[in-house]
Amino acid sequence: MSGIWLAVIGGIVLFLGYRYYSKFIAEKIYRLDPNYVTPAHKYKDGVDFVPTNKFVLWGHHFTSVAGAAPIVGPAIAVYWGWLPAVLWVLLGTVFAAGVHDFGTLVLSVRNKGQSVGTLAHKLIGQRAKILFLFIILILVLMVNAVFAWVIANLFISFPASVLSVFIQIPLAIWIGSRVYRKKGGMLVPSLVALAVMYAAAIVASYVPALQIDLVSYFGGEGATTLFGLNATSMSFLVWIVILMIYVYIASTLPVWKLLQPRDYINSHQLIVGLGMLYLGLLFTNPDITAPVTNGTADTSWFPLLFITIACGAISGFHGLVSSGTSSKQLDKETDARFVGYLGSVGEGALALIAIIAVITFFPSAEQFSATYSSFAAASGSGLTVFIQGAGGLAAGLGIPTVVASTIVSVIVVSFAATTLDSSVRLMRYIIAELGAEYNVTPLTKMHVATTVAVVSSAALTLIPQGPKGFGSGGYLLWPLFGTANQLLAGISLLLISIWLKNLDRNYMPTIIPMAFLMFMTMWAMISQVFTDWAPWAEGSDWLLFSLGAVILVFALWITITAISVISAKDPQSFDRSV
Amino acid sequence: MEHKCAWKRFVQLYDDVLSLTHKQEVARELRDEEDLFFLLIYSDMLGIPNPAFYYTLELYPYIMEKFHDWHLRMGMEKSPLEGIRCC
Repeated sequence: MSGIWLAVIGGIVLFLGYRYYSKFIAEKIYRLDPNYVTPAHKYKDGVDFVPTNKFVLWGHHFTSVAGAAPIVGPAIAVYWGWLPAVLWVLLGTVFAAGVHDFGTLVLSVRNKGQSVGTLAHKLIGQRAKILFLFIILILVLMVNAVFAWVIANLFISFPASVLSVFIQIPLAIWIGSRVYRKKGGMLVPSLVALAVMYAAAIVASYVPALQIDLVSYFGGEGATTLFGLNATSMSFLVWIVILMIYVYIASTLPVWKLLQPRDYINSHQLIVGLGMLYLGLLFTNPDITAPVTNGTADTSWFPLLFITIACGAISGFHGLVSSGTSSKQLDKETDARFVGYLGSVGEGALALIAIIAVITFFPSAEQFSATYSSFAAASGSGLTVFIQGAGGLAAGLGIPTVVASTIVSVIVVSFAATTLDSSVRLMRYIIAELGAEYNVTPLTKMHVATTVAVVSSAALTLIPQGPKGFGSGGYLLWPLFGTANQLLAGISLLLISIWLKNLDRNYMPTIIPMAFLMFMTMWAMISQVFTDWAPWAEGSDWLLFSLGAVILVFALWITITAISVISAKDPQSFDRSV
Repeated sequence: MEHKCAWKRFVQLYDDVLSLTHKQEVARELRDEEDLFFLLIYSDMLGIPNPAFYYTLELYPYIMEKFHDWHLRMGMEKSPLEGIRCC
């Protein structure tokens, strides 16, 4: 089967989902009102509350939610064959992610643009707020650890990408200060920055002296270095330390100085990347060589598939964006369908092309199976395969494969670095908020909170043991990241369901995906915590066991809360003014 | 000509999409600077001695319009100044 056909079928499913299901949700469930005065108009202040054109807002929403995660998860999940991954991405996007992203946007709009965290407090009380904070804390901790590992791993696998990624930092600072001081536009300088980055990637692809290859510097793969570490482990350690120093500085700077100009450049990269992959697919017309399903998998796809692909099928993080920023800028309530639902469709399309890039990369099914020989192997090398596969698709546009792979790795690292920066910043805020909640004053200080965030993230990245030694096992945390993300989505869907129930509306379209997510999350955690990571299991791991157990308790807590609130005859008062 | 206009509109839309958050943050930063500036200007009336108070009086006509939003942002529901009754 041709990869193009898969893209066409996927496109049709996503289109039908948007055209019919989201219309049904908008008209019959959320009952959008074109005359409702949105917070953007009601509290217009020119900064946070600004009525925005729906196309602009959709583009902004999509670029905010799309990153490296919808690439990493699918690149791992194709281990179980391409069909389960494709089905979960498409059906998850249509029936879960779309409803979730759209719903959190509407819920927030109907409640003064408040975020889901505040709404959890309002609806269920203080304990829900604390639960929410702890789940986000775990989620951002996982994000920090996993993405630090992703970047270090890609720097080691694609040393030609390092120069471009580091060049982006001064360029972003230059753009940020230029716009701030002179109020100039960002478009031209950011395109110049992109051109400089890609020129550096092209040159570095052909000039080994410009490739910052730490493994070679430390004497090659077999060499032993300081503290008895091998060259690869030492490279992981050095990159992770450098990354953590960088994120410490980046996350304590004002966002307009570095984070946002870099985001702006990365948005170009998202467009370049998606365009390159879909056009490359069209020109190369590759065949799918990966198996449809994997009958010899060492780990069952059920229920792990549903937490391996979080972003791209459903992600709680999107609810934070929907209710945190997009809801304050929605011009008309009816725009919520376009912005929220179609935003998740865009993310689904990104996950789909990530799957296609991987499953069309190998010349034969045997070679696919040799690389994806086990779930651990798939987790460790999935992203590298995606980059090579994407490079292969881009080669169809006349770009040399080596350059295309470097550029794709620059794109993925750039996404991951921005996510890491935002995530450490968010973790700092949460630590400060918890410090204020429990009267631990030092934690409310910026540098103390950032130090706690950075040190705990670095430790978590380095502790899991991977096949290449110390520091190479960060991917083991991926299922935990997926689980924390799904829990967050579960809470948001629960809040939407309660809101709908209080309004005497049909809440099945939101409670069913919520129940599905909670069931899968708990099943996956029970099976992994008690069978794989427990002290009595063969591959016991105290770190994963403890984190998994905490997440399992949170999942149980949410489920019990959901049952008690939904089954209550007189639910706590919620905003009925709508 | 029409193509040129369509292209210009497309580029404008693209730029608006990408710069939305950045514009917001720059506006926030500039507003914070302005809030501090307002505090300095109103400081003498709030009981904080300001040697340049006399000279800042000239600015009052320009900043009066923004005074109400400023005191709300500073967490004061009602005007803190006796002489200015905006609400």
